[in-house]
Amino acid sequence: MMNELIFFFNKVIVSGAVLGSVYALGAVGVTLIFGILRFAHFAHGDMMTLGAFVAFVLAAIASAMGISTFWPTGFIVLPFAMLITAGLALGIDRTFYQPLREKGVKSVTLLIASIGVTLMIQGLIRLFGGVQTRSFFENEPKELFRFDMSWLGSSRSINISEPQMLLIAVTVIAVVALHFFLTRSRLGKGMRAMADNPSLALVSGINTNQVVRATWIIAGSLAAMAGTMLALDVILKPDLAFNIVLPIFAAAIVGGLGQAYGAIAGGFLIGFAETMSVFNWAIMLRPFRDNLPEWLPNDLSIVPTEYKLTVAFVILVVVLLVRPTGIFKGASS
Amino acid sequence: MSLLEVKDVHGGYGGAPILNGVNMSINKEDVGVIVGPNGAGKSTTLKAIFGLLEVTDGSIQLEGKEIANMQADKLVPLGLGFVPQEFNVFTTMSVHENLEMGAYIRRDDFSDTLTSIYDMFPPLKEKRKQNAGELSGGQRQMVAMGRALMSQPKLLLLDEPSAGLSPRYMMEIFETVVNINKAGVGILMVEQNARQALEFATKGFVLASGKNRFTGTGRELLDDPEVARSFLGG
Amino acid sequence: MRRDAMLFLALGAFLLAVAAWQQIPTTLFMLVTASAYALIALGLNVQWGYAGLFNFGVMGFLMVGGVAVTFVSYPINEAFWASDGPFMLFKALLAAVFGGVLVYLATNSQRFGIKGKLRTFLMVMAWAIAYIVYRSQIDPAARLIEAEAGFVGGLGLPVVLGWIFGGVLAGAIAYVVGRICLGLRTDYLAIATIGISEIIRALVKNMDWFTRGTLTVSPLPWPTPSPTDIVAAGLEDATMSTILARAGFLSLTVLLIAVIFYFLQKAYEGPWGRMMRAIRDNNISASAIGKNVTKRELEVFILGSILMGIGGAILASFSQILDPSGYQPINHTFIVWVMIIVGGAGNNYGALFGGVFIYIVWTISEPASVILFDIISDFSEGVGIGAIPNIESRALQMRVFVLGLVITFALRYFPQGVIPERVRTEK
Repeated sequence: MMNELIFFFNKVIVSGAVLGSVYALGAVGVTLIFGILRFAHFAHGDMMTLGAFVAFVLAAIASAMGISTFWPTGFIVLPFAMLITAGLALGIDRTFYQPLREKGVKSVTLLIASIGVTLMIQGLIRLFGGVQTRSFFENEPKELFRFDMSWLGSSRSINISEPQMLLIAVTVIAVVALHFFLTRSRLGKGMRAMADNPSLALVSGINTNQVVRATWIIAGSLAAMAGTMLALDVILKPDLAFNIVLPIFAAAIVGGLGQAYGAIAGGFLIGFAETMSVFNWAIMLRPFRDNLPEWLPNDLSIVPTEYKLTVAFVILVVVLLVRPTGIFKGASS
Repeated sequence: MSLLEVKDVHGGYGGAPILNGVNMSINKEDVGVIVGPNGAGKSTTLKAIFGLLEVTDGSIQLEGKEIANMQADKLVPLGLGFVPQEFNVFTTMSVHENLEMGAYIRRDDFSDTLTSIYDMFPPLKEKRKQNAGELSGGQRQMVAMGRALMSQPKLLLLDEPSAGLSPRYMMEIFETVVNINKAGVGILMVEQNARQALEFATKGFVLASGKNRFTGTGRELLDDPEVARSFLGG
Repeated sequence: MRRDAMLFLALGAFLLAVAAWQQIPTTLFMLVTASAYALIALGLNVQWGYAGLFNFGVMGFLMVGGVAVTFVSYPINEAFWASDGPFMLFKALLAAVFGGVLVYLATNSQRFGIKGKLRTFLMVMAWAIAYIVYRSQIDPAARLIEAEAGFVGGLGLPVVLGWIFGGVLAGAIAYVVGRICLGLRTDYLAIATIGISEIIRALVKNMDWFTRGTLTVSPLPWPTPSPTDIVAAGLEDATMSTILARAGFLSLTVLLIAVIFYFLQKAYEGPWGRMMRAIRDNNISASAIGKNVTKRELEVFILGSILMGIGGAILASFSQILDPSGYQPINHTFIVWVMIIVGGAGNNYGALFGGVFIYIVWTISEPASVILFDIISDFSEGVGIGAIPNIESRALQMRVFVLGLVITFALRYFPQGVIPERVRTEK
C-alpha cells in the first residue's frame, strides 16, 4: 500500500504543487492588473515567456563569464530577470496601454490591445530566438532528489527535481512577501484601496499612477519568476506560457478577479484538479486487486491525459455559471 | 484672501453644461451650505472644485492658487478633503486601514490625528479592526469623514453627509461638522435637509439651474420669504 | 460613400499589384482563402459589431465547420460500416441520451419538490453518472473503430451540403455556448469563449476515431472541378488548369458571400438591426422597454457562428485537408479580430474590406519580410557583422509581430476602423 501512496504523492501532490505554483504566480499578476486597471491582461502568458527568455540570455552571459555555482545558473540570474521583465512590463504599459487609458477607452479595448501585445511579444521572441526549444541545463546537470521512503515500508522514493523544489520555495516566499506588502506597506494598502474603490482612492490623494506602476512591477516580476521556474522545470520554448494563460485566467477567475489571495488558492486548486483528474486511480486499488470484480477497467483516470488542460476550462465554466464572483467571497466588480 | 474662491464657474460632463456660473467664497471659519432643487448642480459644484469634472470657464482658487481642472490626487496635498455621498469607504479594508488611506499623502507620524479622530468618533475605535463594509450607514459616514480629516485638510467638502441617515444620526453628524469647523477647518457641504443645515451655516448658497440664486448667511436665507417659499418647502 | 468606393478600388489595385508579383495562381489561392475569411469576419462583425458580443472562440467554430464538411463530403469508409463500429456508436449515442435525460431530471428536480443542497447533490451525481456511462460506451467504440477501420470516414455527400452542415453544427454549438455564457460580463465572456474553443480543439485533436486527430484527413473533395479533374477532362496545361479550377472555386465563394452579404445588410438596416444596436449601445434601456435582450443576443450569436462554421468548412474544403494541429488561435481567432477592427466594426463593408485586406497582408508579409531580411542581411554582411541565419523561418514570425502592431496601432489611431459604422438617421 505504501508504494501506491508514494506513487500518488509523486504524481499528484508534487506535480500538482509545481503546476499550482506556476498558475498561482501567474494568476496573482492577472488578478492585480484586473483589480487596478480593470481589464483582463491577456498578454500575461507571454510576459512569462519573455521573462524566461530574459533569464536564459542572462544565464548564457553568466556562464560565458564563467560563473558557476551550486545553484542552477538560471536560478541565480532570476532576480535580474525579474527586474528586467518588470521594466519591460512598465515599458509595455507606457507604450501601449497608458495612451488608451488616457483616451478613456472601454476595458474591452484594452483587452484587445493586450492581444496585440501578445502577438508582438510572440513574434519578437521567435524572430530573435527562433522556434526551437532550449534547456537551461545544457552545461550543468539537473539534479533530482530522491527521498528514501523505506522507513515507511515503501520501495519507491519521493522524487522531486531541484527546479521543482526551488519553484515551490520561491512561490512560498513570493506569497508571503506579497502578503506583507499588501497588508503592511503604505503602497500595498494603497493598491488594495485602489482595487476596492478607484475614485475614492483618487480623492484620498493616493497617487494612482504610482500604484499602477507598482502593479506592473509586481506582475512583471512574478511573471518572470513563474516563466523562468517553469522553463527550468520543463524546457524553454516560445509557446511556453501561451498555452497556460487560460488555466491562469481560470485560476484568477475561480479565486475571484481582483483578489490576490483568491488567485493563489485558485492556482493551486486548478493545479491539483488537473493532476488529480489525469491520475489513474486504478493504481490505488492495486493492493486490493484480488478482491476486485473482473469488469473494473485498468484505467480509472477521470479524463485521459490529452485532456489535462481542458480540466481547467471545465472548472472555469462551472465556476462562471455557479458563482461568477469566484468561489471565495468575490469583489463586486 | 479667502480660503476658497469660486468665480463664475461653468462646466459639465462633456455634454450639456451643468454649471452656468457658480460663485462662492469660503473662509476658514465658515460653514458653507449649498442647497437647491434636484439637478441644480449642487454635487456637481463640489466635483468641479475637486477636479472630478471639467471646468470650461471661470476660476477656482484655493488660498489664491488656481486649482481648476487639477487632478484630484494633487488637490489633497494642497489642503482639500472630500467626502463623497456614496461609495465613500473602502469596503474590503478595515476601519483603521480606511483612516490610514486618508493619511496616504502624509509622510510624518499621524498617530495624533488618528487619536483625535477616534476621540471624535468613539464607535470607530471599537470597530477599528472590522471591515468598513460591515458597518452601518451612520458609522460608514464617520469612517468617510474621518478618512478625509486624516490628511489634515484646510477645507473639507461634504456631499450630503446626512443622506439616508435617521434624524438622530443627522443631528450628530451636523454637530460633528460644526466641531470640525471650530477646530479650524473650513466646511463646504451640500445638504438636502436644508432647514437644519442652514441653521448653523455661516454662508448659504441656493443654486438653481447651475447658478447662484440666493447667497447670504444661513440665517438670512432662512428668513428670506422667497427662499422659504421656493426652496425650503414653505 | 465615395471614400468607401475609393478604398475598395485601392484594394483592387493592391490585389493587381500582388498578382503581378506573386503570379496569378498564388493570388487566386489567396483570394479564395481571403473570401472564406471575409465570410468569417462578417460572422464576427454580426456578433461584435452588431451586438457587442465578445467572441474569442472563433477558432472553435472554424474547427467545427472543418470537421462537419469532412464528415459529410469525405468518401465512405467501407471498413467502418462493415465493422461493429456503427452499432457501438449507436450504443454510445443511447448512453449520451440517457445521461442527458438524467442531467435534465436532476436540474429540474425542484419540480418534484427537491431543493437546495439535495438538488445540487443530485445534479453533481447525475453529471458524474452520465459521464461514466457515456465513457463506458464510447471508449470501447473508439478503440474498435481506430483498430479496425482507422476512423469513421465520411458520408460521400456533396461538398456544399457539408458547408451547410458546418453552419448548422456551428449554430447548434453556439446555441449551447450562448445559453451558458451570454449572461457573463465581457471579460468573462472572452475567457469563456477561448476556453470553449480550446476544449473543441482538444476534442477534435484527440477524437481519432472521428477526425483521425494528428494523422489528418485528406484529400477532401472540392465542390467545383479540381485541377486534376480539369486535367482529366483534357486540358494539358497544368498552370491553366490550376487557374481555372481556383477561379471556379472563387466564383462559388464570391457568389455565396454576395448572397449572405445582401441579407445581412437588409437585416442590419431593418428594425432588427436597429434593435440590436439599441441593445448593444445601452443594454439596460433596451431591456427596460421590454426587449428580451438575452434572447436577441443568443440569436445574433448563433447567426454569427453559423457564418463562421460555413467559413471554416470552406477553408477545410479548399485546403483539402482536415488538420486539427493546424488550427491556432493566432491564425484562426486573432486575425479575424484584426480584420474587423481594421475594417471597422459594425459595418459589413468594413468587415469585407478588412477580411480580404488583412488576409492578403498577412500572407504577403512573409515573402516581403524575406526580401527585407535579405537586404538587411546583405548590409550586415557587408559591414562585417555577418548574415542573418535562418531567414525563412524568421520571416514567418515577422507577420505575427506585424499583426500585433497593426492591432495596437489601429486601436490607438483609428479605433473606428477604415470604414466606420454609419448609423443612418431616419427622417
